[in-house]
Amino acid sequence: MRPAWSIIFFTSISGLGFGLASWLVLGFVNLAEPQHLLLVGLGTMALIAAGLLSSTLHLGHPERAWRALTQWRSSWLSREGVLAVLALAALTLWGLYYARHGMPPLWANALLVGLMLLTVYATSMIYASLRTVARWHHPLTPVCYLMFAASSGLLAILWVLALLGQPVTASLSLAAMLAVAAAWGVKIIWWQLAGASGSGSSLATATGLGGLGEVRSIMPPHTSENYLQHEMGFVVARKHAAQLRVLALLAGGLLPVSLLFLLAPTAVVLAAVVLLHMIGVFVERWLFFAEAKHSVTLYYGDVH
Amino acid sequence: MTMLPEASAIKLGLVIDLDICVGCQACVVNCKEWNTSGYGAPLSDVDAYGAAPTGAWLNRVHAYEAGSGADARTVHFPKSCLHCEDAPCVTVCPTGASFKRAEDGIVLVNEDWCIGCGLCAWSCPYGAREMDPAEGVMKKCTLCVDRIYNNNLPAEDQVPACVRTCPTNARHFGDLGDPTSDVSQMVAARGGFDLMPEQNTKPVNKYLPPRPRRASDDTPVSLLAMAQDATPSGFWKWVDSTLEKLG
Repeated sequence: MRPAWSIIFFTSISGLGFGLASWLVLGFVNLAEPQHLLLVGLGTMALIAAGLLSSTLHLGHPERAWRALTQWRSSWLSREGVLAVLALAALTLWGLYYARHGMPPLWANALLVGLMLLTVYATSMIYASLRTVARWHHPLTPVCYLMFAASSGLLAILWVLALLGQPVTASLSLAAMLAVAAAWGVKIIWWQLAGASGSGSSLATATGLGGLGEVRSIMPPHTSENYLQHEMGFVVARKHAAQLRVLALLAGGLLPVSLLFLLAPTAVVLAAVVLLHMIGVFVERWLFFAEAKHSVTLYYGDVH
Repeated sequence: MTMLPEASAIKLGLVIDLDICVGCQACVVNCKEWNTSGYGAPLSDVDAYGAAPTGAWLNRVHAYEAGSGADARTVHFPKSCLHCEDAPCVTVCPTGASFKRAEDGIVLVNEDWCIGCGLCAWSCPYGAREMDPAEGVMKKCTLCVDRIYNNNLPAEDQVPACVRTCPTNARHFGDLGDPTSDVSQMVAARGGFDLMPEQNTKPVNKYLPPRPRRASDDTPVSLLAMAQDATPSGFWKWVDSTLEKLG
């Protein structure tokens, strides 16, 4: 599958935004100072909004994007849009309540975190629900998305704490390290398991000619590349997949954890930690698309 | 609305005979010709006269080789939308642009609502949908909905353009929901099958397999032996017997 930059940015940055917002709502940062609440609140909302807006960049008709909020009964893409809008609205209300009365009641915070996690889950289900891409159609796919939202959000919390001059405790650092390790652990398992047993489809089932013996493609239907090959037949990444996985693990896992472990948690160090982790997540997300094989490529002689 | 309707009694679709198709591409061309001026936006091409032309097509013909040795054969393989009963392209659509008609099961795109996200093309196992490069909306086979119900056309033209133009009669159009229809009987008689049944899409379109080879004696025929065994008659009998005497 062709990795569109707008989609990679959308899934990673909105994951980061919702992760950060979830930890904020759970009270990990003291936002009693009005300017702190305004700054952190707007920053978090900006991350989420930037992710959502970038998802409209690859559309053929972005001006009609509002229509995507209508089919939530059947479409995960529509559900993701509806949930994201609801989550942003609820987050705004949460901020307004916080400004007037302080921390909202626990049930409200729990509900809001649930809504944001559900939004990230819906994002992942856009891909995980597609039977045509065997690698995505796996129960661990949503877990990966949620884990990276949690890990990147928690690292961002550390950075926010340092920026606001609030203490970055050793136990919180440790929790962040564990979250990063857990996210990459799940990702490594996903790399091994997802799509490993193939899609169940082959050129034999795609053409129904398997009864005659081995089926081989001898002629493409057109003389130049078409939309299907361009969109679904992306092959550039596969030969570099092993190196890119190592790069993702190094930049997104090993380096941030090492920095957290070795250096004092200053704002500069934590900014580097967040940045490195996000580079790793970007590479991971790029591979998520680039390594995925779509059943239509069987018709073009691809072997799954 | 992108919820699938209740299964319709009428299931319009195509039956494609892989035994007959010769891969002439006439259906591909006539499909493009009709649909570039019919339902929705024109089917655009990019760099049409350049080195790497590309464009949106609703029907493409692949070619495969199946089997090996003396029994290997070339199979030309036309592929267009299968108008699935459980069409994933309909339910994934976030806008309601992609829909399945309750009255006859045809899967269509409302191009005024389509945002061009491409998710329906991702959800289709068969590659039946292609984004129009100029219009930015999803294009797909309409089963020539603007021909089959068009009473301004002569009766013989009220079939999809690909079916009308096929010079070998490899493409058939009809109601696959009616077991007594010509197409249903053809599917029953010839063992018509679904493409990728494991994807659980329940395609309406069916494919007819290549017929089995007729039994033949595969030993090569020796023309020399035939000539030697032949008993001459008439003039050649006289030549033969005279030369025998001389020899």
